[in-house]
Amino acid sequence: MGWRVGRTGDKRMSGAETGAELRLVTPGEAIGASTGVRAGTGTLSQGDNIIATRVGWVKELNGTVSVDPINAAYMPRSGDLVIGVVESVRNNLWFADVNGPFNGLLPMSLAPWKVEFGAARIHMDVGDVMLARVQEVDEAHNVVLTMKGVGLRRLKEGMMSEISMNHISRLRGDGDSTLRALKEASDCRIIVAENGRVWVDGDAAGVSFMRQVLDLVRSGGHRATFDASLEAIMNDAPGGVA
Amino acid sequence: MGGYGDIQLLNEDGSRLDGRAIDEMREVEVEAGVLPAADGSAWVKHGLNVAVCAVYGPMEAHPRKIQRQDRAVIDVRYNMAPFSTSDRIRPGFNRRSREISKVTAEALESVVLVERYPRSKIRVEIEILAAEAGTRCVGITAAAVALADAGIPMRDLIVGVASGKVEDTVVLDLDKAEDNYGQADLPMGILPTTGEIAFLQMDGDLSVEEFNTCLEYNMKAAKEIHVLMVDALKRRYDEKNGGEA
Repeated sequence: MGWRVGRTGDKRMSGAETGAELRLVTPGEAIGASTGVRAGTGTLSQGDNIIATRVGWVKELNGTVSVDPINAAYMPRSGDLVIGVVESVRNNLWFADVNGPFNGLLPMSLAPWKVEFGAARIHMDVGDVMLARVQEVDEAHNVVLTMKGVGLRRLKEGMMSEISMNHISRLRGDGDSTLRALKEASDCRIIVAENGRVWVDGDAAGVSFMRQVLDLVRSGGHRATFDASLEAIMNDAPGGVA
Repeated sequence: MGGYGDIQLLNEDGSRLDGRAIDEMREVEVEAGVLPAADGSAWVKHGLNVAVCAVYGPMEAHPRKIQRQDRAVIDVRYNMAPFSTSDRIRPGFNRRSREISKVTAEALESVVLVERYPRSKIRVEIEILAAEAGTRCVGITAAAVALADAGIPMRDLIVGVASGKVEDTVVLDLDKAEDNYGQADLPMGILPTTGEIAFLQMDGDLSVEEFNTCLEYNMKAAKEIHVLMVDALKRRYDEKNGGEA
């Protein structure tokens, strides 16, 4: 099955091996011998074996065995597109909740506006939502955000929802095909950020349809029958079948 | 015969008061993902003990003084509900719950890959809804399943089991009477895949032979409970096992 792809940014090379059957593993479970393969994410090399460290599906790609976790917290990586919610404002910077263990820091110099010292609150206040990119993450997990870039802005309207990190690839589909179809079917503007937040803006019917889709992703994003269920919902979409 | 005067804890045929054999465990049930608001959760019924555990995080560790620059801290809160025993328990932390929270956190730290989340905190809330005996073991088992359900990376699951001595006989998984009136109690936190021990406490006296027998019983029980824990986690997600997924 080709539907369970890695995190965005994972390289999918030609000739890659894909398992014939998906295997669900739990922490401590031996996946196989460590000879000839590398231990990827969600795994650990222990003695002669590679063991799983998370509950998830085993994936083997280009000689690397990894576990695609079913449930995992968002860990920011440099370059990630994120939707953040402003948690506090200082004279020259904003702290935003990016759905990770640590708040992201947006300094005045990386904001898209010319901000006077002490006037940060005029541009964005607590509770405002921003579309930003992760500029830098250091080893102590300090996250620096930037809003300098095409399309990065304060999100003033629409609705924001959260899905599990591991369902992002399901919502986007191969090469963003599912996302494109959803945009067409709902006639909405949709942004799926790397931190599991989704922003939807459009007319009431489109937003309501997308709420349904996101509920489906949350409840059944890990199911093999997800694509069929999504197709069934899309038949009732305001814009018809995509 | 040791213990408390005339209290008889073993039947004449050598079986226990509840009919179990000396190396027989109470019935165990495990469910994963029972609390929708938590990042991970578990429900464990072990005999008459019932524990619910919720895991939140990793999140920024507050207050800052508890932050560790190189790893996450595990903040465990073990609590017995006021209605969990026949005598009402005064709500809130007490000396016993502080001790159990501390030893549980230390046991969990040995399996969770805490170095992956510097400066963070993983919050583990263990609530004992019904208590018979061995609630710290049930709490550890529930915490392990909840942590795995939350997607926290771990070297192994950890299983809490206990055995002890009553009437000079080593028995597995003490019930309330055996715990209260027995001669010794040996709760352990075992990593079932490798057989490592992450947590061990002993109340009472055991000879080396008795200790080894307890260890053997605990290892055997840990493997049995581990199967149920894995099954609970897989049932939650695996369609082939007929779970909700």
